[in-house]
Amino acid sequence: MIDPRVIRQDFPVLDQRVNGRPLVYLDSAATAQKPRPVIEAVRRYYEEYNANVHRAIHALGERATAEYEEARRKVARFINSPSERSIVFTKNATESINLVAYSWARARLKPGDEILVSPIEHHSNLVPWQLAARATGARLRFFDVTPEGELRLDDLGQLIHERTRIVAVTHVSNVLGTIVPVARIAEAAHRAGAVVVVDGAQSVPHLPVDVQALGCDFFAFSGHKMGAPTGIGVLYGREELLEAMEPFLGGGDMISSVRLEGSRWAELPYKFEAGTPPIAQAIGLGAAVDYLSATGMDAVYAHEQRITSYARERLEQVPGVVIYGPRERGGLITFNVDEIHPHDLATVLDQHGVAVRAGHHCAQPVMEWLGVPATARASFWLYTTEEDVDRLVEALWAAKEFFGHVA
Amino acid sequence: MSLESSHPVKLNDLYRDVIMDHYRRPRNKGTLPEPSVSVDLHNPVCGDEITLQLVVEGDRIRQARFSGRGCSISQASASMMTQQLEGKTLAEAEDMIARFKQLMHGDEQAGETLGDLMALHGVSKFPVRVKCALLSWEALERSLEQLR
Repeated sequence: MIDPRVIRQDFPVLDQRVNGRPLVYLDSAATAQKPRPVIEAVRRYYEEYNANVHRAIHALGERATAEYEEARRKVARFINSPSERSIVFTKNATESINLVAYSWARARLKPGDEILVSPIEHHSNLVPWQLAARATGARLRFFDVTPEGELRLDDLGQLIHERTRIVAVTHVSNVLGTIVPVARIAEAAHRAGAVVVVDGAQSVPHLPVDVQALGCDFFAFSGHKMGAPTGIGVLYGREELLEAMEPFLGGGDMISSVRLEGSRWAELPYKFEAGTPPIAQAIGLGAAVDYLSATGMDAVYAHEQRITSYARERLEQVPGVVIYGPRERGGLITFNVDEIHPHDLATVLDQHGVAVRAGHHCAQPVMEWLGVPATARASFWLYTTEEDVDRLVEALWAAKEFFGHVA
Repeated sequence: MSLESSHPVKLNDLYRDVIMDHYRRPRNKGTLPEPSVSVDLHNPVCGDEITLQLVVEGDRIRQARFSGRGCSISQASASMMTQQLEGKTLAEAEDMIARFKQLMHGDEQAGETLGDLMALHGVSKFPVRVKCALLSWEALERSLEQLR
């Protein structure tokens, strides 16, 4: 079992006061704080062996390449990828999904083909498909959602059929917290011959992920939401699919030979890693994976479930709080309070040292579905304590009192 | 227990009574049947929306209405702005925009002629909220461009 008070000692940024109060950071779903081993790994790279990868014929370059590739192996093991050839480093989950939308989808979609998307996606797993549809004449179709915010799967056979080429779903919703049963969807998609693209940005940091058990064809996530630096993301793709795809970006490092008239591509995964990659960031990601593996993703998940239930219980006791999303959920709670606009709420909470997200969370269709312009969101990670939740609730009462008084 | 003691001081700077009054009872909220100009603006960062409509005769603004949804700062800003716009010439409106922007950058002197809008000067201490206060002003800026 995780003791978040011990874990917190690994996160130097948490040890500070904001507006006179100890910081309560409840915005890990936007970006997570970094544990010391990650900061150290990045520092070591710059202080001890900064060099470019895959081309330098010298000691520093060899070490940089070895560490960069070791990070790839760590990521492959972490999500149970059958091979590190399936692990492409990108700059974030958004780029990973765009890579698939350009290199796989645009080359294959025809007018009349269908892309099935869930309506609870982050813009990153919706807009690339809108673009692909516009470019190819394919049609976007959408899953139905239950009033609680879960995907309706009883008519999967009707939704997914021979015209469906792509099924794009999130693993965990960044707004509602919904955990999507990807394996069940993948089974139906594969029966129809469609490929399944999963946005794992909100799942990989929070629960054990096994891409083979999920049965997905592509799986995208970002390093910065799991304790790694910004600027590094991952695309897992089934090897035969990646093999058959054209490169996404052209340039250095992704070729085996270049003539003026044309070039041959490097082998996997380098075909998709044009130019100097984010080396320090990838090495930082490797360190984040080590940190999470040592803690144990089952323990991380169990801790977040405990904190989330506690938070729900406490928030439900505050009159005027409306919580959105299903009961069974990942480690976040999206809510509104009375008639207080989430922006106003977040400003008051910040003055009490409590950091939450306020806005549409890059998921405007979800806001529309909820019938609200914006919401507040408190999101948790392995370092979140019950005291953090208590401080949130205390600050909510203060906000209610403040906006009750100042009229 | 007074507000000053139970809440961080900065909050009272931001949420002045006049702001909350305009938020709760916005003036000029609604739509006009035959506006000379109508501009919809959307803040993609927070999802706030505003529609600003003006009736202009000659070079004078006769009526101003706004609709949409947003936080207290954006709604109060729009309410106070529309109140002050009525009867102003287009040139005076341009001057108001310039002054209000300066006010949002912390220049209180620039805001002295802006009446109630001065209450928003506290927003300049909350940089992330400045865009909330400016939303209706950007809509006004576009309206004036369209009228030109």
